[in-house]
Amino acid sequence: MKDSDVRQGTLALMVLKTLDVLGPLHGWGIARRIEQISGDLLTVNQGTLYPVLLKLEQEGSIASEWGASENNRKARFYRLTRQGHKQLQAEARSWEQTATIIERFFAVKAQDLE
Amino acid sequence: MKALRRWARQSTSWLRSARDEDVLQAEIDEHIAMEAAENVRAGLSAAEARRWALLKFGSVEAAKESYRDQRSLPLMETLAHDMRHMLRRLRKTPGFTAAVLVTLALGIGANTAIFGVIDSILIRPLAYPHADALVSVSHTAAGLPGLPGDLGCSPSMYFTYREANQTFEHFGVWTSGGASLTGVAEPELPRTLFVTFGVLDAIGVKPLLGRWFSEADDAPGSPETVMLTYGYWQRRFGGDKSILGRVLTIDSKPRTVIGVMPEGFRFRHDPELILPRRLERAALSLGPFDSQGIARLRPGVSLTQANADVARMLRIWGSAWPLPPGMDSAPFRNARLGPRVQPLKQEIVGDIGAALWIVMGTLGMVLLIACANVANLLLVRAEGRQQELAIRAALGAGWGRIVQEMLLESMILGVLGGALGLGLASAGLHLLSANGPDTLPRLAEIGIDPLVLAFALGVSLFSGALFGVIPAFKYGGPHVATALRGVGRTFSYGPERLRARNVLVVVQVALALVLLISSGLMIRTFQQLRRVQPGFSHPEQIQILHSIIPETVAKDPERVMRMQNEIMDRLAAIRGVTSVGFGTAAPLESFLGGGNTVYPEDQRFTESQVSVMRQIRKVAPGFFKTMGTRIVAGREFTWTDLYEKRRVAIISENLAREWWGDPRAALGKRIREAGPADPWREIVGVVENVYDNGVQVRPPAFAYWPALMDRYIWSGENEFAVGAGMFAIRSSRTATEGLLTEARQAIWSVNGRQPVFLVTTLKALYEQSMARTSFTLVMLAIAGAMALVLGIVGIYGVIAYTVSQRTREIGIRTALGAQPAGLLAMFVRHGLLLAGVGAAIGLAAAAGLTRLMSSLLFGVTALDPATYAAVLALLIIAAVLASYLPARRAMAVDPVQALQAE
Repeated sequence: MKDSDVRQGTLALMVLKTLDVLGPLHGWGIARRIEQISGDLLTVNQGTLYPVLLKLEQEGSIASEWGASENNRKARFYRLTRQGHKQLQAEARSWEQTATIIERFFAVKAQDLE
Repeated sequence: MKALRRWARQSTSWLRSARDEDVLQAEIDEHIAMEAAENVRAGLSAAEARRWALLKFGSVEAAKESYRDQRSLPLMETLAHDMRHMLRRLRKTPGFTAAVLVTLALGIGANTAIFGVIDSILIRPLAYPHADALVSVSHTAAGLPGLPGDLGCSPSMYFTYREANQTFEHFGVWTSGGASLTGVAEPELPRTLFVTFGVLDAIGVKPLLGRWFSEADDAPGSPETVMLTYGYWQRRFGGDKSILGRVLTIDSKPRTVIGVMPEGFRFRHDPELILPRRLERAALSLGPFDSQGIARLRPGVSLTQANADVARMLRIWGSAWPLPPGMDSAPFRNARLGPRVQPLKQEIVGDIGAALWIVMGTLGMVLLIACANVANLLLVRAEGRQQELAIRAALGAGWGRIVQEMLLESMILGVLGGALGLGLASAGLHLLSANGPDTLPRLAEIGIDPLVLAFALGVSLFSGALFGVIPAFKYGGPHVATALRGVGRTFSYGPERLRARNVLVVVQVALALVLLISSGLMIRTFQQLRRVQPGFSHPEQIQILHSIIPETVAKDPERVMRMQNEIMDRLAAIRGVTSVGFGTAAPLESFLGGGNTVYPEDQRFTESQVSVMRQIRKVAPGFFKTMGTRIVAGREFTWTDLYEKRRVAIISENLAREWWGDPRAALGKRIREAGPADPWREIVGVVENVYDNGVQVRPPAFAYWPALMDRYIWSGENEFAVGAGMFAIRSSRTATEGLLTEARQAIWSVNGRQPVFLVTTLKALYEQSMARTSFTLVMLAIAGAMALVLGIVGIYGVIAYTVSQRTREIGIRTALGAQPAGLLAMFVRHGLLLAGVGAAIGLAAAAGLTRLMSSLLFGVTALDPATYAAVLALLIIAAVLASYLPARRAMAVDPVQALQAE
């Protein structure tokens, strides 16, 4: 349970970052990008992306509209809102802090504590 | 904030659920198509590309499922589902739905309406700025035990309190009465409020036009001024803005209009004109207590402090002013005056609160009965659905879910019924504020406000929960599975199946009995009031009209009297008129004012009662004969008494007994009104008491003076005659347009410039005086009737249902040789048993509860045996009927059919 919560949290952060970097993008595009960068996180389960997109949209961090895809098909494009931008910055900062702390924590060897 | 926004979207998502589903499907299709296209580009075949795309996406259904969970709140989802399901069910059983909704609408509507009344009268603050700082200032008189109500303020108190107080921001005194408006097309007598400086400042409602009275308006000798209230300004002057500065002739004096009060301004007796009350300081003494005090407390001052302040000022007042002429200080010492400063609202609302809460209580009981009936209907329905519920439970529906669904259904029924009830209540309140009794204070303010709406919603939800809980726990419980076994041919219904319904019926009968007894007691009270000899006879025959001979027409008192005499003669000559009376006011018209203190010559004022106000009427010969007031001793006035200006008087029986113990002993004694100029007058007659303040209030003591006198306190050394007076015509044609037209012509044939107004009948005044009692009576009677009908329906329903459920048993019994009469008796006994148990509980409850309404009763005790017996008999008869009718169906059961059924 907790595992999926954490994963959902990181997935949300990745979605925000993706949209921040690449601009408006459809669901498949987001999935591809995350797959390219994170390796196997979404390899067998791209479907889990959609509830996360919905949650972000409900929270107002992203917005969506229908548009034409590269090969001229109808697709739903997601984009970062101003609030999503702020959220990304805040979460990136807190993620960095967490990461630093964890890193330091693991860097500590037993003899350092003596 | 984020979570809140998400929740808001989730909780409203069911509005868009169907569309969302399509959108998601389209999006997923698109995703898979793109992935497949990518795979094709990588060199896979079309079929293979699609297979891999699907694999990579994972379970479409799982994604959709978690998407749905994310989209909305699961509880809302089931609620919305249940609601759709339920509304469909309700539509399919229109009879049941209508019965429930009508019952609830009546119960909730009645309660909402009466709460609307209570809210506007008792709860809402008065419509003045910072109304909580407004107080009425009156006095207790511990030494005058017979005094009805409190003692007001005397004019001299106005000066003492204004100058010496430490707790009032503003203080003033007021009286109300009529003032004649003449010199316009139709002369009339508007209701008038007489205020000293300080009253309007205390109230704090700014005038719409012009200005308030200043201190200068009160000073004798300054220009005479007047203010109008909004309604009168609109009605009489068409809202003419140029009214300021216009001169109106009021009480024969020209007065300049200086202001108009705004539309929302209300005051006691709903005044039309406001006149400054000019008090001549040098002429004042300690008495009389003829005014009402009103004050605005300084910020932060408590009632206790204000009362202490008035107590202090009473001592200053007692030594600062002279005694009224001819009196020693004993009555003032003995009266033991004390302060009584109370919130203005409390003073205005008075004792109406008791009646309203009782009506509210009874209507609350009606609602409980209505809920019991609805619960009964729901029980029957749940019984019918028992198998369905059992199957659902067996298939894995949690019983919490089933209870939730049943409660939801009852809540929705409650809210729908409440919405209908709100409509009823709003219509009822409109009716009430248009036709309600004048004695209901703040009548014009009655209406529905947010508090009433909240009340209606609360009551609806409460009732929904109340009648929903019973079937929900009886049939929604975890034992439902056993019900699957319990339905079938081999099973007859045991008595425990009916227990819940029996209990409900017992409760209904008990409540109905309490309500019927309360309304029975009110009916008895009304009868007793009707039985009181009010001091006049056949009021329906007495036509009353008021008229004024303006000073411009006749000034000389004797001339005025001769004109009144001539009018009386002409009125008496009208066809069908048996007699005509003339005086300052008719019985029950004491609101026109005219009270003062009266002193007997032969008694020094050691008796404390002496300073009590007496009603004063100036009358012409024939007054008592026309009213039908019995002469107890002595005689009525004669025209010789009047024209020779004999100093004679007539008093009421209670005054004669108070002073001389016996009406006959009063004859020949001399009395006079308070004031230096009034001469002693000899008592020539004693008449029956007149219930001038309404029949439930002790009749006040009266002194009657002749309508023409050689000297009178209000005219000083000069003669006095009644110029503004009331003609009473006893006729069989009373209240017909023909009589009124002829009466007006008779008056105008003597003087064509004479206003005729306040046209009414004594009967109307009499009924007005009982308005509060009849209001309570009507409300309780409605509640009682509703309770009886609902109770009967309850008994009928249970017996009818029992009969239908026990058809098989009846069939067996008949087949075994039971007599139809015996079967009938069995069901009627069941109904009677329920009614009997209910009645026993109801009697005990009524004995306790009716004590609360003893303040409303008159001439009957709260435990009146006749009422209890009559109501009990009525209820038992109703119960027998309610069980007999459905039980008859049991006799018609054909045993063969009954055993073959199912």
